[in-house]
Amino acid sequence: MAGNATEKWQGGLLGWIDARFPLSSMWNDHLAKYYAPKNFNFWYFFGSLALLVLVMQILTGVWLTMNYKPDATLAFNSVEYIMRDVNWGWLIRYMHSTGASAFFIVVYLHMFRGLMYGSFKKPRELIWIFGMIIYVCLMAEAFMGYLLPWGQMSYWGAQVIINLFGAIPGIGESIAVWIRGDYVVADATLNRFFAFHVVAVPIVLLALVVLHLLALHEVGSNNPDGIEIKKTKGPDGNPLDGIPFHPYYTVKDIVGVIVFLIFFSVVVFFMPEMGGYFLESNNFIPADPLKTPQHIAPLWYFTPFYAILRAVPSMYGSSFPGVLAMALSIVLLFFLPWLDRGAVKSIRYRGTMYKGWLAAFVVSFVILGWLGMEPPSALYTLIARICTAIYFAFFLFMPFFTRMDRTKPVPDRVTS
Amino acid sequence: MKKQLLLVLLALIPVVGYCAEGGIHLEQANIDSGNIQSLQRGARLFVNYCLSCHSASLMRYERMGKDLDIPEKLVEQDLMFTGGRVGDLMTVAMYPEDAKEWFGTVPPDLSVIARARGVDWLYTYLHSFYRDDTKITGVNNLAFPDVGMPNVLWELQGMQEPVITTSMDHDGKETKSVSLKLVKPGLMSPKEFDRAVRDLVNFLDYMGEPAKHERESLGVKVIMFLLVLLVVAYLMKREFWKDVH
Repeated sequence: MAGNATEKWQGGLLGWIDARFPLSSMWNDHLAKYYAPKNFNFWYFFGSLALLVLVMQILTGVWLTMNYKPDATLAFNSVEYIMRDVNWGWLIRYMHSTGASAFFIVVYLHMFRGLMYGSFKKPRELIWIFGMIIYVCLMAEAFMGYLLPWGQMSYWGAQVIINLFGAIPGIGESIAVWIRGDYVVADATLNRFFAFHVVAVPIVLLALVVLHLLALHEVGSNNPDGIEIKKTKGPDGNPLDGIPFHPYYTVKDIVGVIVFLIFFSVVVFFMPEMGGYFLESNNFIPADPLKTPQHIAPLWYFTPFYAILRAVPSMYGSSFPGVLAMALSIVLLFFLPWLDRGAVKSIRYRGTMYKGWLAAFVVSFVILGWLGMEPPSALYTLIARICTAIYFAFFLFMPFFTRMDRTKPVPDRVTS
Repeated sequence: MKKQLLLVLLALIPVVGYCAEGGIHLEQANIDSGNIQSLQRGARLFVNYCLSCHSASLMRYERMGKDLDIPEKLVEQDLMFTGGRVGDLMTVAMYPEDAKEWFGTVPPDLSVIARARGVDWLYTYLHSFYRDDTKITGVNNLAFPDVGMPNVLWELQGMQEPVITTSMDHDGKETKSVSLKLVKPGLMSPKEFDRAVRDLVNFLDYMGEPAKHERESLGVKVIMFLLVLLVVAYLMKREFWKDVH
């Protein structure tokens, strides 16, 4: 045993560490000798960008926590204290508030990439499921974080969303009280949301990101052709269509990171409110439990689901069917790997049916997102219902149209 | 240069405006946040006409002096009426209970009012007081009907009265529009008053986000740096990828 350790003792600090901790082998397994397909395109930037935004949110969040006060009487003013009296506080706060929206932009594009190239299909079902749990955690994280500035939109947005649980027949009202810790959104709610937002959910998110990446590196990355590069290996045992992630994709992702940071900086430095989409004007009025704003809309990343909620009519005087539809619209995404019965992964070799359905799905999702921000009207409700129907039909008919689709032959090797 | 850069960047991202509440047409405030003189005049108007009832409890006198190039001595002499130290916040001495009794509501804190309402709304609101003898304050407001606030700027503006004009559109539908007419001139001409309101709104906008100027000037530098870094990073990527076929 001792001899074995001496053999590994190749000198230097690295050798000393490697004899005690798998540093070199981890570096090789996940970066230097992790072979990724060489044909990644534009859509493959968003995974690394999501990781970047996560790190940025955690760092800015830690620094915000140093001056933020989770107390209903102090919260609003403490945010403005950060904006005015804390050195660089305004920058940290804007990076955090813009980062929240940027996270969803990046994650939505990352998920769309998965839909286009069939990245959720066998053998990557678990990667998709871990990713979906990350997405749901992210929604919880964003929702609870939005209460913290304690403005009117923070307050009433939280009130509306928590009331959705109240629509569950029988036990709903007690669940809503249990979540709030009070009969209305109050100091108790703010304190527990703070605890979840800065401690509980970030820990879960980080753990899930590790699982997401471990699962990915176990089976290997998909690519725009949807071909398993491990099937064609060279004499050295490495995939012929693969290149080591480091240095090839590290240097490429750095370019993506800088382009992203340029867009991000434009928002942070020149339009941090983003015309009311990233920071709502009503949220500069302190929370007032006695004054309901005329128009309450959740932030843009929740609005597609909010529109689905409003599109489903109440039954027997209960809005529960809408709540159920909204929950279902997210739950269905988890089942994509089994709903898709297509023989090929990538949209490049799928037939017109998958392409058409995916386009209809994306368009209806975007329209729903827009409708969710607007006050309801008869026409808008009609459009929302049509889009909701398309949204659900995409999943409902997927086992059929993916099987019936006329697919093209998939090449053995990746195309450039 | 800065403006051109901004225009290019603005074109890259679709921005959709949002409507203010209420149906009133909002006048453009056209403030110039880089105009220090305008901000200084606005600060003087603010402490003279607003600060006796409205607080700006998130704003410090000292910060205002520094940002608006007003020497500390002058801030203490001319802009602080209640004593105190220059590092203090701009609070008011009025008790909320008293305010409620006098105005029916507590005058809101104005620190971030420009971000909540928007500068155009504030500019329109301050122009839209008119005589209404049914109100305790003797005035009403087109932008904010039945507002509890009296027209504190009336001695500068004079008194306005509403003029109702009825017009018919193509479908024969009657629409009524209300405009305001100056019936008694104030100490300022309408042009001078416009400028005064613009200065005041400019100051309110500054107060909503004192770091705005710093934010924008830093932003130009950060983006310039990133653009240079992008060239270097792209060349590095191209060099590494030469051997990928």
